[in-house]
Amino acid sequence: MVKVTVDGIDVDVPPGSNVLQACEAAGKEVPRFCYHERLSVAGNCRMCLVEIEKAPPKPFASCAYPVNEGMVVHTDTPMVKKARAGVMEFLLINHPLDCPICDQGGECDLQDQAVGYGRDGSRYTEAKRAVKDKDLGPLVKTVMTRCIQCTRCIRFSAEIAGTPELGATARGESMEVGTYVQMALTSELSGNLIDICPVGALTSKPYAFVARPWELKKTDSVDVLDAVGTNIRVDARGPEVLRILPRLNEDVNEEWLADKSRFSVDGLKRRRLDSVWVKRDGKLVKSGWEDAFEAIDARLKGVAGERIGAIAGDLCDAESMLALKDLMSALGSANTDCRQDGAALDGTRREFYTFNTSIAGIEAADAILLVGCNPRREAPLINARVLKRWRTGGLKVASVGPVADLTYPVEAIGEGPAVLAGLLDGSHPFASVLKAAKHPMVIVGQGALRRADGAAVLASAWKLAETVGALGAEWHGFNVLHTAAARVGGLDLGFLPGAGGKNVAAMMGGGVDVLWLLGTDEIDTTKIGADTFVIYQGHHGDAGAARADVILPGAAYTEKNGTYVNTEGRVQRGQLAIYPPGEAREDWKILRAFSGWLGKPLPYDSIEALRDRLETVNPVFARLDILPRFGCADVAGPAGGEMSPVAFEPAVANYYQTDVISRASPTMAECTATYVAPLKAAAE
Amino acid sequence: MAFLDRTASSLLLSELVSGMALTLRYMFKRKVTINYPYEKGPLSPRFKGEHALRRYPNGEERCIACKLCEAVCPAQAITIEAEPRDDGSRRTTRYDIDMTKCIYCGLCEEACPVDAIVEGPNFEFATETREELMYNKDKLLANGDRWEPELARRLELDAPYR
Repeated sequence: MVKVTVDGIDVDVPPGSNVLQACEAAGKEVPRFCYHERLSVAGNCRMCLVEIEKAPPKPFASCAYPVNEGMVVHTDTPMVKKARAGVMEFLLINHPLDCPICDQGGECDLQDQAVGYGRDGSRYTEAKRAVKDKDLGPLVKTVMTRCIQCTRCIRFSAEIAGTPELGATARGESMEVGTYVQMALTSELSGNLIDICPVGALTSKPYAFVARPWELKKTDSVDVLDAVGTNIRVDARGPEVLRILPRLNEDVNEEWLADKSRFSVDGLKRRRLDSVWVKRDGKLVKSGWEDAFEAIDARLKGVAGERIGAIAGDLCDAESMLALKDLMSALGSANTDCRQDGAALDGTRREFYTFNTSIAGIEAADAILLVGCNPRREAPLINARVLKRWRTGGLKVASVGPVADLTYPVEAIGEGPAVLAGLLDGSHPFASVLKAAKHPMVIVGQGALRRADGAAVLASAWKLAETVGALGAEWHGFNVLHTAAARVGGLDLGFLPGAGGKNVAAMMGGGVDVLWLLGTDEIDTTKIGADTFVIYQGHHGDAGAARADVILPGAAYTEKNGTYVNTEGRVQRGQLAIYPPGEAREDWKILRAFSGWLGKPLPYDSIEALRDRLETVNPVFARLDILPRFGCADVAGPAGGEMSPVAFEPAVANYYQTDVISRASPTMAECTATYVAPLKAAAE
Repeated sequence: MAFLDRTASSLLLSELVSGMALTLRYMFKRKVTINYPYEKGPLSPRFKGEHALRRYPNGEERCIACKLCEAVCPAQAITIEAEPRDDGSRRTTRYDIDMTKCIYCGLCEEACPVDAIVEGPNFEFATETREELMYNKDKLLANGDRWEPELARRLELDAPYR
């Protein structure tokens, strides 16, 4: 550790730190624009000037100056104040005075620091610079005249997103940030550019002029549009959610948020189910809760337990899934399944279906094998973590499955399970790479499991992890990458076919007489038997609601207090930001109310009691936000079978539309038209 | 002695006489009451009356939906919603003032960076129903159009002191 004195406060900082970090450690605020702790140091805004004793008598840019033993730093001398005021005056020379029409107004670094460190007036009377705006696609709006050339966006797109599309042309006053040739940003993390831009040069296009930060009510929550469990902040005004921003969580999302999760908010207001519908004479009619319960009750009369089934969808919270499971047991049914895509997930041991290495654990890996998995489309933040690891050097990545650009070099070693056999018997060259690696990882995607031979692929992936030494006492290198936020929670509480119960495929085609769909929209509803009575409980009018005989309006993830388990097995809680629209209610309350109507009341009347029940069902639900790292204690793998030679299919065809919320979102539709349609046209 | 003074003063009705004398003096002074509504008193250029939204001379509305007036309003009488107009500029889609909530403090006028929202000289806008006092953007812009010469003159007069 290096000892540094900042304004008379002694601090110890690790060697290689810069002066700015030492100042932060001492609790001194240093203004900055270009410096960002997760990006490389550029040192070009000159705002972080400090004075250093026994050095040349000049201000130093603290972000780009390494600490030395015994260094004495001053952050509030007259020289520092004058230097910062001067830098600020220079920055403001070419910055337009359009704060009143700028969306960054109220949360702008330049605004805040101009007040804190700038002069009170301007001495500049000459003409200001104007720069033509760039079109960066449907998500990021640009007002390039406001740019102060901090180059954070350039460094972000190259270093974090891995899509080096932004760059600067010319220099000095004529320097412009842009994409060289006019194009839309292709990154799934482009929304983060809006957050890291310290001024209003890059702002959100869908959110343009909608609200000011001081009008918004902020609620901490968890994202459900992929299985990463990104920590988010939901900003709402009155009865509508206006935007979603990431929250800091070093173990999950650092401070980033994927575009689908950020920009599908407008889907929360469209195609919503806000009233109860019951089918009468072949037509859905708006009704009350009593009518709906009566209709379900009438249909359930005389139906045996094994003819009733329930399927849970991708966005469900654990509470509602448990309530549905308990309701099904009360009705005498063991036909419950949360794997609506038919993935062969093995619920017998938690290690078989979670991302055991953990997301932060990726940073220790030195060889990664992707099996039927495209992390860039399925979990962009996990992909960003792999890129972060790759950038530190010495990481080898190979992929079995469809060839895709993952933003870092990936060796495509095959398309189907045949390669897995080769890796298993050690005949494939990459097997020796995995064996030689100290911390190898095998990541199995849903594309590999959503097949008839999914169980066999899962078993051989586990076997492979065992052979290459990924299953050690200290290191667990077997990972399943999920795409649905509800899946791990569902598996944790055993939302799977019970003894003699039917799975999703068996419930189709008239396998059951009454089918309860809890936000289930990714199944092929045409396969449901014609005589099956379908109850759809959910929040968006999509495939499930179109087939339903009774529609019970539920709450979306921003409208309920819910527990979600991410792909790592991390249990996190989202909070209610706004109330559900119209007649819609929190999902577990609907199920509790219906059980009461049936005369078989579920044994909980409050969310606390329900959460106690969750903990009894599986103690992991008691461990909020924490994910203890563990090695593999038992190397016995899941049951396998024969693998077919068919190549793996991508699990996510269109990143921007994977669930009911993103399908209802006009912004996501625009992204699909911009990014996915041209690719499809090119392929044809 | 004091007793004698007090008794003499009350017997001679001196207080009544001095009061009547004051009344008599005012009979010969100028009248302070005016014949409202046919006559009106003078108004300061800073008088805070009915609100108006102004336009630029080319007819473009001044308001840019920065929402500073909404933020500063201590009575929370102003409600604004905004979105990009077809030409991409920032404009309000809704600008409501609840005149029953407004306390006529004039902070909205002071917060406005483009002199769009102003409080004009008009104080005679009593209505028969509450609903009529819920002003919307059309009403405020119409006020601006009607009072523009007055509003511009008042701003000009007050400019040296701002």
